[in-house]
Amino acid sequence: MDKTWNNKAWFMVLPVLLLVAFSAIIPLMTVVNYSVQDTFGNNQFFWAGTEWFEEVLHSERFHASLGRNLIFSAIILLIEVPLGIIIALNMPRKGWGVPVCLVLMALPLLIPWNVVGTIWQLLCRADIGLLGYSLTKAGISYNYAADPADAWFTVIIMDVWHWTSLVVLLCYAGLVSIPDAFYQAAKIDGASRWAVFRYIQLPKMNRVLLIAVLLRFMDSFMIYTEPFVVTGGGPGNSTTFLSIDLVKIAVGQFDLGPAAAMSIIYFLIILLLSWVFYTVMTNYDAER
Amino acid sequence: MARIDLNHIRHAYGANPKSDKDYALKEVHHSWEDGGAYALLGPSGCGKTTLLNIISGLLHPSHGQLLFDGQDVTNLSTQERNIAQVFQFPVIYDTMTVYDNLAFPLRNRGVPEAEIDRKVRETLEMIDLASWAKKKARGLTADQKQKISLGRGLVRSDVNAILFDEPLTVIDPHMKWVLRSQLKQLHQRFGYTMVYVTHDQTEALTFAQKVVVMYDGEIVQIGTPEELFERPRHTFVGYFIGSPGMNVMPVTLVGGMAEIGGHQIQLPSPGMPAADGKIELGIRPEYVRLGRQGMPVKIAKVEDIGRHKIVRTRLQNHEIAVIVGEGQEIPAEPHIAFDPKGINIYADSWRVGGQ
Repeated sequence: MDKTWNNKAWFMVLPVLLLVAFSAIIPLMTVVNYSVQDTFGNNQFFWAGTEWFEEVLHSERFHASLGRNLIFSAIILLIEVPLGIIIALNMPRKGWGVPVCLVLMALPLLIPWNVVGTIWQLLCRADIGLLGYSLTKAGISYNYAADPADAWFTVIIMDVWHWTSLVVLLCYAGLVSIPDAFYQAAKIDGASRWAVFRYIQLPKMNRVLLIAVLLRFMDSFMIYTEPFVVTGGGPGNSTTFLSIDLVKIAVGQFDLGPAAAMSIIYFLIILLLSWVFYTVMTNYDAER
Repeated sequence: MARIDLNHIRHAYGANPKSDKDYALKEVHHSWEDGGAYALLGPSGCGKTTLLNIISGLLHPSHGQLLFDGQDVTNLSTQERNIAQVFQFPVIYDTMTVYDNLAFPLRNRGVPEAEIDRKVRETLEMIDLASWAKKKARGLTADQKQKISLGRGLVRSDVNAILFDEPLTVIDPHMKWVLRSQLKQLHQRFGYTMVYVTHDQTEALTFAQKVVVMYDGEIVQIGTPEELFERPRHTFVGYFIGSPGMNVMPVTLVGGMAEIGGHQIQLPSPGMPAADGKIELGIRPEYVRLGRQGMPVKIAKVEDIGRHKIVRTRLQNHEIAVIVGEGQEIPAEPHIAFDPKGINIYADSWRVGGQ
């Protein structure tokens, strides 16, 4: 069969190409541009090669914030995924409870991120915040502005409050797609509650869980707004995650070269880790 | 295996059933023999799945009792009733192998592993999947998956009954025949009590020894395929079974004869009891003779379906279907006659008199 080649079709792709170019490729290229040059303002640039990359990769400050960020992501994944599954399993499947639960779950997701930060900052203040004040009154020493452990606790609780709903909603969608016959068959086979979860519910949630883990990992690894509002990266540098550090370098110190190099390394790390997650989980899926 | 007694069972899905209309299942009172193969046949919404779910324990009946071998199981859970059920869509445990799927119900019941191995191998032979034992269940075809669902029931030697809820719906036509005959073989060899829900009359008639025809929440007839064909107890059975269904027309009874539009029709037994209500005559298209004698009719349509022809005729304003042989020609001035042995008389839709 002869195929008709019609190069006009390329014009159809053009609008998307332009859009992507202006929204992603061109800004990215300016970052690449900064990362290999040195500038002192006045639009004067000097070639720097891989100098900035080497500097960032050998910087202890970068290692420290990368480490903090990895620990943070690991903790929130370990909390949010199981918690999300448990909540989804216990949500009603029919009746008036369904819309109520769905709205309640969706609420945190609808709040602007800096507002989430403000809410928690106020809530946790020891002088006027409901949580902070109560804890202090109960005799528990709690001050997120002074104690690094308290700061971490606050940031983690805030993220769990903000994002567990996403895992819940995704899992819930996976759960409601399971036909009743599966539960009935399990009953007839005498399956325990755990066996039902392990052999029916978990396999059906597999795909949505993969998406949930990926989204939560990427988002938590890029987290900026909420900890910036609550702790500002402190006390000291204890909650300075990668993006907060990046902004400090770029906008605080105006070290554009190292900041650009760090952005690119940061981007590559996220890309790499997401790819590893995805590959491992889909392979695992295919094997079974 | 067990005998199943349905003791005055009624079921309504709503909370406060007031009239008969609120019941999805109206008064079912029957006894099904141990080792019997029963098909529940009826159109969608007639209550057959409701009845099946009551037997399996997924539903608790609003009224009445269910007995397995004389023991009341109405309040027992599905698991305690020890039944097996095959659903419309194959239910398998995706992540397990075929072997583990079959072992699952035994492991849940704490059967020793050696015993499990023996039973599972035996069952794999029975359902013809022995060479697939180590394969993941998810890679199988729909009919193989359906066999696994069945196997999970067969593997438990003590099941009281095996229930089927339209199990062949998603199976390819040519595999339907294979599966159905395998099922029948299993039944003959091992004597399970089987209850099979379907809306497909061919399936019901080939599978079951006794077909239970349901209509509008009631059992209208339980009988062998032959009884359902020759002597439908209710006009619905006549209409629902057969292709095309039975011709039913209003008649008046005069002495030992039926009268329709001035024509006299000979009845099979002269001593027809007097019956009140709406009297109808039912006759299957197979027993109507098309020829030059009898009642004059008009021909509305001829459908040639290969083996034979279905002739749609009109006798005044009654439509009567006739089956004629492939080679038989249709006369220019067609008349029809009824074979007396195929005639049934109905009063208010229920069959009266004779046999």
